[in-house]
Amino acid sequence: MENKSSRNLYMVPYALWIILFVIAPILLVLYYSFFDIEGNFSLVNYKNFFTPVYLQMTLSSFWYAFLITAIALIIAYPTAYLLTRTKHKQLWLLLIIVPSWINLLLKAYAFIGIFGTYGAANSFLEWVGIGSRQLLFTDFSFVFVSVYIFIPFMILPIFNALDNLNPSLLYAAKDLGASGWTTFLKVIFPLTIDGVKSGIQVVFIPALSLFMLTRLIAGNRVITLGTAIEQHFLVTQDWGMGSTIAVFLILIMFLFMGLTGFRKRGA
Amino acid sequence: MERKSSFASNIFLILIFFILYAPIFYLIFYSFNSGGTMSGFEGFTLDWYKELLHDTRLLIIVLNTLVIALLSALISTVIGVFGAIGIQAYKRRQTKNTLLALNNILVVSPDVIIGASFLILFTMAGIQLGFYSVLLSHIAFSIPIVVLLVLPKLMEMSPTLIDAARDLGASQWNVLTKVILPYIAPGVFAGFFMALTYSLDDFAVTFFVTGNGFSTLSVEIYSLARRGISLNINALSTLLFVVTIVLVVIYYYFTQRSSSGTKGVDFRR
Repeated sequence: MENKSSRNLYMVPYALWIILFVIAPILLVLYYSFFDIEGNFSLVNYKNFFTPVYLQMTLSSFWYAFLITAIALIIAYPTAYLLTRTKHKQLWLLLIIVPSWINLLLKAYAFIGIFGTYGAANSFLEWVGIGSRQLLFTDFSFVFVSVYIFIPFMILPIFNALDNLNPSLLYAAKDLGASGWTTFLKVIFPLTIDGVKSGIQVVFIPALSLFMLTRLIAGNRVITLGTAIEQHFLVTQDWGMGSTIAVFLILIMFLFMGLTGFRKRGA
Repeated sequence: MERKSSFASNIFLILIFFILYAPIFYLIFYSFNSGGTMSGFEGFTLDWYKELLHDTRLLIIVLNTLVIALLSALISTVIGVFGAIGIQAYKRRQTKNTLLALNNILVVSPDVIIGASFLILFTMAGIQLGFYSVLLSHIAFSIPIVVLLVLPKLMEMSPTLIDAARDLGASQWNVLTKVILPYIAPGVFAGFFMALTYSLDDFAVTFFVTGNGFSTLSVEIYSLARRGISLNINALSTLLFVVTIVLVVIYYYFTQRSSSGTKGVDFRR
């Protein structure tokens, strides 16, 4: 590998990939964001983005992503913690991950059946005595299914962080008289914050862009940034506006990565 | 952390596992329903599976999906491994970091952005949407994953190994095939596998860059699901579940053998 020319030879296809599929697409999105629907160069898309319609959509998209991330974290942290204390923890972890390997659309499709008017969820509600409700095509079902889909991705990094925790620190805390809760707040949580951060990272950004779930589960009642981009690109064919929203999503992504730092997912 | 797990915590874990698996088994259960819906089990039948096997269109789509997955995993593994070796060979830290940052952009980008920007790219380049656009996109988003799985193995490798090989008169090609590749093989396999599952699973990117005549399984499931419930999909998902389990077992086998570096790493979005 000392040889410079051989290194350059290795790098040719990879460098081509970077130029063609990493740099060029971002520049093209930026370029297209300056064209209106008629193909004229203008800043109208940016002006439109700052109108209440789009700002409110951005805000609600953020709100849903925040909600999904927060709920996933609240469920995933104790799960990861309890998993690290089981026997055969690697096996249990694998079993948590298996559902994440099942095609996302099939899981969404399953919930169409479960949340449907005569589905399992409503039968359960009848049985408990609450009576059947409209579950499908609501905000609730959207958040529920999203959390369901993201939970394994949140558990994995937190599990790894907890698993790498040095147990002697916990004994030390106990010896010094810390209660279980204090140990958690002052020792465990701060030491696993990196796992939490990468968990948030792998949930929050994708949650902003889940257009298939909003279509299948939320019945177009929820519009996220992802839905809007898909709509503009594939339905209304207004690539300019779609690109403008994409530019903002990319900016948000870079900002978010800057705040939480890039981590190899799950590591 | 050695405390005996309490009753409550066991209940909690059981509940989590139940929620995670219930929808999947719900799908599988109703794939045997002779009634046409996902509510009210009428009787056992294998009709949906029979119908599935006679659906030539769907079989072609399955074949497409597999061809795309295998080809894209293969090509992206080759380019990714070369890329990783190249990155590792750079001496300056800053160059390495810049390359890695560029590498990671596609890993963290939302699928919608990748899909939309590739759609613009292919349209501008005059590439017709269909097999090739889907293949190119899958190669493109798999390369960075391969790099991320191979790099740790390369960094683990002592440079003296290569020096020794060269002192003993090994050619450039011999160094690559006899020293480097065998050493990083577990990372390469893991990368290939990840690329394969990424490709099999991808919906959002493919949805953008696929034309009218060409479809993959994810895209097909999406359009079927938008039309409502049809137990064909249930039968299909049962088969896919079985395939997935087999893949997980194979992947687990490889990562267990390679013990360090890649275990438990999951880059899926």
